[in-house]
Amino acid sequence: MKLLEVKNLKTYFNISSGQVKAVDDVSFDLDYGESLGLVGESGCGKTTSALSIVQLLPKEGKIYGGEILLEGVNLAELNDGEMQKYRWNDISLVFQGAMNALNPVMRIGDQIAEAIVLHQKVSMKEALIKAGDILELVEMPRDRLMNYPHEFSGGMKQRVMIAMALACDPKIIIGDEPTTALDVMVQAQILNLIEKLRKEFNMGFILITHDLSILTETCDKIAIMYAGKIVEIAESEELFKKPVHPYTNKLIGCFPDMNGERKLKEGIEGAPPNMLELPSGCLFAPRCEFASDICHQSMPETVEVGPNHYVACHKWEEMINGQ
Amino acid sequence: MNSIKHEMRRRKIKEFGSSVYHNKTALVGTIVLSFFVIVAIFGPMIIPFSTLDFGNPEDMLQAPNGEHWLGTDDMGRDILANLISGARVSLLIGFLATLISMGIGTLIGISSGYFGKAIDNILMRLTDFFLVIPWLPLMMVLAAILGTSIWNIIFVIGITSWAGTARVVRAQTLSVKERQFVERTVSLGSGSFHIMSKHILPNVFPLIFANTVLIAAAAILSETTLSFLGLGDPTRASWGMMLHYAFESGAASANAYWYYLPPGICVVLVVLSFALMGYAFDEIMNPKFKER
Amino acid sequence: MRRKFIIKKTMYAIITVFIVLIFNYILFRILPGDPLSMIMRNPRATPEMVDTVSALYGLDKPWYTQFIMYFQNMLHGDLGMSFVYKSSVTGVIATKILPTLWMLGMAEIIAIIVGIFLGIVAAANRGTKIDVGTLGFSLVTYSMPTFWLGIIMVSVFCVGLRIFPVGGMQSPGMSFAGEGAQLLDILHHSVLPIITMSILLIGEYALTMRNTLMDVLEEDYILTAKAKGFSRKYILRKHAVPNAMLPMITIIAINLGLVIGGAIQIETVFSWPGLGSLMYESLSARDYPLLQGLFLLITISVVLANYLTDITYSYIDPRVKD
Repeated sequence: MKLLEVKNLKTYFNISSGQVKAVDDVSFDLDYGESLGLVGESGCGKTTSALSIVQLLPKEGKIYGGEILLEGVNLAELNDGEMQKYRWNDISLVFQGAMNALNPVMRIGDQIAEAIVLHQKVSMKEALIKAGDILELVEMPRDRLMNYPHEFSGGMKQRVMIAMALACDPKIIIGDEPTTALDVMVQAQILNLIEKLRKEFNMGFILITHDLSILTETCDKIAIMYAGKIVEIAESEELFKKPVHPYTNKLIGCFPDMNGERKLKEGIEGAPPNMLELPSGCLFAPRCEFASDICHQSMPETVEVGPNHYVACHKWEEMINGQ
Repeated sequence: MNSIKHEMRRRKIKEFGSSVYHNKTALVGTIVLSFFVIVAIFGPMIIPFSTLDFGNPEDMLQAPNGEHWLGTDDMGRDILANLISGARVSLLIGFLATLISMGIGTLIGISSGYFGKAIDNILMRLTDFFLVIPWLPLMMVLAAILGTSIWNIIFVIGITSWAGTARVVRAQTLSVKERQFVERTVSLGSGSFHIMSKHILPNVFPLIFANTVLIAAAAILSETTLSFLGLGDPTRASWGMMLHYAFESGAASANAYWYYLPPGICVVLVVLSFALMGYAFDEIMNPKFKER
Repeated sequence: MRRKFIIKKTMYAIITVFIVLIFNYILFRILPGDPLSMIMRNPRATPEMVDTVSALYGLDKPWYTQFIMYFQNMLHGDLGMSFVYKSSVTGVIATKILPTLWMLGMAEIIAIIVGIFLGIVAAANRGTKIDVGTLGFSLVTYSMPTFWLGIIMVSVFCVGLRIFPVGGMQSPGMSFAGEGAQLLDILHHSVLPIITMSILLIGEYALTMRNTLMDVLEEDYILTAKAKGFSRKYILRKHAVPNAMLPMITIIAINLGLVIGGAIQIETVFSWPGLGSLMYESLSARDYPLLQGLFLLITISVVLANYLTDITYSYIDPRVKD
């Protein structure tokens, strides 16, 4: 049994101007100790996918279909009360560094410990001791438990967030842009730290980002999302060596390559589609230089183009042969 | 260039108008207020009683009846007639006081934000002083010293209520100043007055407008309170003066509800409609509020 | 950082008090109503009398000497003589402080507790009848002249239902069996003014609490708390409310000026023997020294209260901003 299996997840938002299919028919899975990168431009549905897993959607959002199996238990069927005991205990989240994700008027020790008290039914005193241990795990002195969030730098706050995410020994950690807004050095430190801890505790890790470059060393698998759908998913190395979908190709072209040879960044022309008026056919077709009639008419099926390498593109054969 | 700007402004005003129309809160406020404005303008022309018409002794403090729909006061005057002529006085005071307050607040706010440095510091200390000082005692003292006339009341309310506006306008001015076009105009050598009136004022105007509504509500309440405390103009029967007479004549102990209720209800309705409009304007102008 | 903050706030408070003093001085000396023109208005005033008064108030000295005299007197607690009471202003004021403090203090405590509670309930049940009701109540009480509500309360509860006594703080001409009975009588008289005052405050506090709390509930750390698996109730109690309470402290302090305005009206309507009705009295009798003394006392207390709130705030809020 896999640790997490997401099957045909559909999460839609009902807003005053219509329905937005923020996540439409998305499937992926995650094993123990495995890490998955979820990449795409902002608004492509990657955060919504993550929030769907723990059912923390804004009130306009609702899961309309699909299964979210955590060790075989379908989380999508649980109500809020039942869901509460899975949150943080099994799946915890690390939010964006720039976000105001820590309570400003509560000592960080209390913020870490309160989760331990809730899920592990221990006393506050024991929980604080454990919180101190965890703080040392993320390479911070335990006396900082007594500090308030504003007394930390951005990178330090992010370490606190990670410590907090580890508090209840979760099976999965979801990082939603955990290093955005941090400088490159700190970014690398934080990612290395997560890597180390993931391997140490055999946890599953989902990393959500718009920045493909940070995934190369971090993730075993990468899923590329576009307009609410996964357009390509493959193991990291495979994806970087043999990208198939034109969108993936563009994304990879967007950042300097690994040999340090700084190629001129090639931006992607056009903008993501208006989520209220999706084009018929392939959603990327309007921006795709390879698009032909069929791309504008019908939605491409997802096909396996290599071992564990799936692509949703009509032109996949041409794309492979063309390279 | 100018005609485009005008067109844009015109369209904005039109959009604003349609937002008001579609916002129930704003619509109710506007309708109630319009009613009172119409009454204030045309009402006194059609009332059959003279407001200063003292009745016979047997007319005093009559409960509502066929002749006097809302009854009479302790001097035998018709309450409805007084109410209608009071609308004109109360609204006029509210309107003019608001005008003064907005004028001072805008001037101080823009100068403070535009000139900065020492001028800003001095003006903001002054603003703080007016913000922190208790409003009613200040107005009472000023009104007592100046004497009781409608113009003094207007002046007193206007001069004491501008501080909040000045703060808001200053903040907006600072953010407008940051924007490039002002910098460019400065480098072109335009005078301060030109920049303030042509570039900054139009940009802070929507804010001033939203603030006006709230100041107007406060001004009407202030007039009522000052008049009640005996600082009103005895020659002009505002709603506040009616309440003053009602209290002085012991209408509460006499259970003459028709005497002390109607003027208060009118004040509540007018202030409430201002408050509703203010609330709605805030909603329209800060769309963040609406989407959530 | 906190020290810098405190120094800055202390400086501002001193400047404001100073402006109050100057303002007060100008107001009562230079505008009509100064002691000289008061005495001149008396048709029987002889030139000698005018001179005596001038000398007494130092009006024959240059303006800066006058200001220093005024300032010195102030420091000695000498606020002049009341025209009406024919005794020192300080003494007259002193006897009226306690009733006002009692009435306002009780009203504030009730209003803060009820207002905050209502605000929390409204924010937690956004868009429901409770929420709309709270909003409506706040808007209507905001729109109501304070004294008018007082009049309605008197006529309903004192005249109509006869549950509470009309006016004053004690029943006149009654001999009490003991201190307990007297206290009970005072309490009985206090109920209505206190309730009226708190009704006016509840709306404002409830609305502020509701809006602040609703903003807080949109914050990212609330999402974190939800992700941690806490229930709505726990999040509200442990995360949202503590964050919303901080702005409330400021609002309560800022409101103090308005509360005093309300006290003047309510004391007048209920004939409550406090500073507010004293102010009304001194106003009606044009007792300028008394009016001036009251004005000075009230403004300086409000400035000080605001100052103390700022300082307290800097200790309560872990993030002290400049």
